[in-house]
Amino acid sequence: MKNNHRFRRVATAALAASLLVGGLAACSSPGNAGAEGATADDIATALQTETTLTVWGWAPQLEPIVEAFEAKYPKVHVNLENVGTGNTHYTKLQNAVKAGTGAPDVAQIEYNALPQFALSDALVDLKDFGAEELKDNYTESTWGSVSLNGGVYALPQDSGPMAMFYRADVFEKHGISVPATWDEYVAAGKKLHAADPNAYITSDTGDAGFATSMIWQAGGKPYTLDGNTNVSVDLQDEGAKKWTGTWNQLLKDDLLAPVTSWSDEWYKGLSDGSIATLIIGAWMPASLESGAEAGSGKWRVAPMPTYEEGKAAAAENGGGGDAVLKQSKNKAAAYGFLQFANGPEGSKIHAANGGFPSTTADLQSESFLNAESAYFGGQKINEVLVQASKDVVPGWSYLPFQAYANSIFSDTVGQAYGSKGDLNGGLQAWQDATAKYGQQQGFTVSTK
Amino acid sequence: MSVHLSPAQAEAAATLPAPSPSPASKPPKFPAPKFSARRRGGVTRKRTSILLTVLMGVMAVYALLPLFWLIVNSTKTQSSLFSSFGLWFSSDFALWDNITGTLTYNDGEFLRWLANTVLYVVAGAGGATFLATLAGYGLAKFDFPGKRGVFAVVLGAVAVPGTALAVPTFLMFSQMGLTNTPWSVIIPSLISPFGLYLVWIYALEAVPTEVLEAARVDGAGEFRTFFTISLRMLAPGFITVLLFTVVATWNNYFLPLIMLSQSTWYPLTVGLNSWNAQATTAGGEAIYNLVITGSLLTIVPIVGAFLFLQRFWQSGLSAGSVK
Amino acid sequence: MGWAFVGPFMVVFVLVFIAPVLYAFYLSLFQNQMVGGDKFVAGANYLQALSDPQFWDSVTRVAVFLVVQVPIMLFLALFAALALDSGRLRASSFFRISVFLPYAVPAVVATLMWGFIYGPRFGLFGSLNDFFGLDLPEPLSSSWVLAAIGNINTWEFTGYNMLIFYSALKVIPAELYEAADLDGAGTFRVIRSIKLPSIRGAIGIASIFSVIGSFQLFNEPNILKALAPNSISSYFTPNMYAFNLSFAGQQFNYAAAISIIMGVLTVVVAYIVQISGSRKDA
Repeated sequence: MKNNHRFRRVATAALAASLLVGGLAACSSPGNAGAEGATADDIATALQTETTLTVWGWAPQLEPIVEAFEAKYPKVHVNLENVGTGNTHYTKLQNAVKAGTGAPDVAQIEYNALPQFALSDALVDLKDFGAEELKDNYTESTWGSVSLNGGVYALPQDSGPMAMFYRADVFEKHGISVPATWDEYVAAGKKLHAADPNAYITSDTGDAGFATSMIWQAGGKPYTLDGNTNVSVDLQDEGAKKWTGTWNQLLKDDLLAPVTSWSDEWYKGLSDGSIATLIIGAWMPASLESGAEAGSGKWRVAPMPTYEEGKAAAAENGGGGDAVLKQSKNKAAAYGFLQFANGPEGSKIHAANGGFPSTTADLQSESFLNAESAYFGGQKINEVLVQASKDVVPGWSYLPFQAYANSIFSDTVGQAYGSKGDLNGGLQAWQDATAKYGQQQGFTVSTK
Repeated sequence: MSVHLSPAQAEAAATLPAPSPSPASKPPKFPAPKFSARRRGGVTRKRTSILLTVLMGVMAVYALLPLFWLIVNSTKTQSSLFSSFGLWFSSDFALWDNITGTLTYNDGEFLRWLANTVLYVVAGAGGATFLATLAGYGLAKFDFPGKRGVFAVVLGAVAVPGTALAVPTFLMFSQMGLTNTPWSVIIPSLISPFGLYLVWIYALEAVPTEVLEAARVDGAGEFRTFFTISLRMLAPGFITVLLFTVVATWNNYFLPLIMLSQSTWYPLTVGLNSWNAQATTAGGEAIYNLVITGSLLTIVPIVGAFLFLQRFWQSGLSAGSVK
Repeated sequence: MGWAFVGPFMVVFVLVFIAPVLYAFYLSLFQNQMVGGDKFVAGANYLQALSDPQFWDSVTRVAVFLVVQVPIMLFLALFAALALDSGRLRASSFFRISVFLPYAVPAVVATLMWGFIYGPRFGLFGSLNDFFGLDLPEPLSSSWVLAAIGNINTWEFTGYNMLIFYSALKVIPAELYEAADLDGAGTFRVIRSIKLPSIRGAIGIASIFSVIGSFQLFNEPNILKALAPNSISSYFTPNMYAFNLSFAGQQFNYAAAISIIMGVLTVVVAYIVQISGSRKDA
């Protein structure tokens, strides 16, 4: 047949071509110049010199911050680029790091992704610029998140102490009191769903950030990092078991709305009250106001339920800071930008635009604490949220390849969600896959 | 009713050159396409079949329903999207607001993406069509050493998954400093193996070797002959390839997704998906109404081009599909 | 002289097709680690792929997709083309255009659109369930998501294939039909003994393109993953696996090996489709 001939010829030609050409150059990694510190004077000079900075980030508050920065330092022009949100952003950043070119001067990086970039030598240690003295300006948990292996790799911008956001109208309608413990929470979920089969206590289809935060709150410490290459992964510790013990009950009894977070249906559920609570970071109010307008006046905030009555505990969920890339050609000006954006001036603008700060001064200011939110029916929500930031359980850390680990969460724990199976088994599978990846990447991984 | 050519098609068919198989220049593997106008309709008149019409009606509904959904929902606000029945209009008609919103959101980045897309289409699809036409014509009308090898390698390339090439292409381009520039999107879209194949088949028939020989006798150079005489004869094939490469570049998603990091160079497809992804990520603003309206605006030009250029691509496709 | 015409095409072709293939092959012989850097590992990546259950899982999935979706789509397209060609349709040009129209919709837009429509509780499926009191299955649940993706692909490409078939049918020489008329052949006999054999080439081309398309499945599942993360794994199709290995996992070398294996596999399957197509007409 004619086509047989054609394919045989194709094969022959391809083979010939492959023999002809040798190899192409392998990826080269860029040489790293040594530490390039700068004094306060250097930074001040850099900010008065004609220059352009590229900043990658997706937080909506960055735009007004950049405008204010440019107004104060007219010689510095800032290119603010939104290259994607979350994982898309990290993928592109990682690609630019790998390619050795194309990275921005400054990038927004969430706390859970920071170790990955810090340890792969992509970020500048801000200690060289004297960042250490800023320590007291930030909350303990956020400063802890940017301090890794004795260096400081970002300045915190926002924080996400977790709290429980709930629909007061739905609770009232069904005679449910606001749960203070997880047992009460599960009971509330049962009561609500029995009274209205379309209503759910909350939605959760599996989210790595949420799961790790929940384990954090329960006192788990699944990830530890010792030096640059030794990590341990233990998703079967007591904290993890506490969380799965509670969450399995909700999952098995169909008490979790099977709606993906941030999807259109999710917003619809938040608008009409069919999703009655959210356990989420303190940055949520701005998203509620823009995404679920119809819920205005009906939402309230309470502390996150706990495992032991009366013993407050919270965790960080999301939030991040800004870092200077080693590829930057103008690190002094880049650090100058960080000082502005993540310092007193930037954090005011950030808070005014719906962000939840990480700076102690803002968290303690009277005007912040006493602000009454119309969306929350006039409740002083920041009182609750600021208290949560003080209740965050200390001692948590993420993996140096957390971004990858999170990307395979749905392949493992997500399967348990999908089949309404045992989350503990899902965590085990996640632990195995994570450990395997760590080993492939040359880490010494220990598991329990 | 009989199958009949629309006036436009009949005209297109009439302007096609008469078939003139010229054994000398024909590669042995491909039978010649035949452009003889159909006279079947004139032979027997057939009655319409209700059953067939109903079945085709079902298919048309299947094809059009999602588009209808898109039109209906582009008239809704973000909040009425969620509160009204998906397949009918809601009380508030927000189409114009949505269009304004789409065009002005984030300093009018949609328009920027539209301009990028047009650039990629003009440079990518235009270049691809030109290269394919030149090469297809060369393969059809000249004998030269290595001709069979060209054919084999190009056809083999069709079978290699394009997405499989994406990662190595990305790494290669990033070392050449091309990533994050328009070149990284344009250069890979310059190659259309299918277009090459189509022009080749078309050129075999549409450009009679006698005409070329006459031009050579007159002393005209090969390129001059190509541009002044042959290109006109190749027009339907050329436009068909152009249309399909336009669709391919207009719809291109994967390649720009990995090549471009900054939204300044996004085409519409990547841009729209980034708007969509924005709402599914913590802290992002949900703008589904703009995603939906933007989707509608994205398909209008391409659908328009297809309808407008119907007569050309249908005749060109007839030539390509015969084998 | 021929090279003057073919040359420009080939130069670009070498740059965007040949070079990446060779480069991918080169990359596939190495391994890169966050701790430890690059090292030459020869065929280790290939051996790893051959015993990688996730890889085979993805290959099996596209194979199932191929065996189910492609025939359905091509059958629908063939049916529509024959219907258009039969001369027994009212408003045939309306049908031709409307069935073809989805092809002009970018895959991204098509997927976003169907994604909204699939929304099980509050999307259009939800509306339909409420409105008619139905209990349709959730298209994005893990048991249905492959079918949901198949539907998107069928929607996108049926019209395109229909048009290829229809164009081929249109150029069947009238003499063949006249002869059949004289023989008194019925509609179905004409289809079986004249129309189908005449467009065999077009069917072959369409099959090959569909096979290649199935193996390359990426856009639709990758975009739907945002809506159904637990139903669509990061190794749902070989292409998604390679993509996620490279860009989420930084395992470019292993991903290159997977790409090469998939390329070879595609050529082999396309070849088998060709052979079996040729057998039938023998």
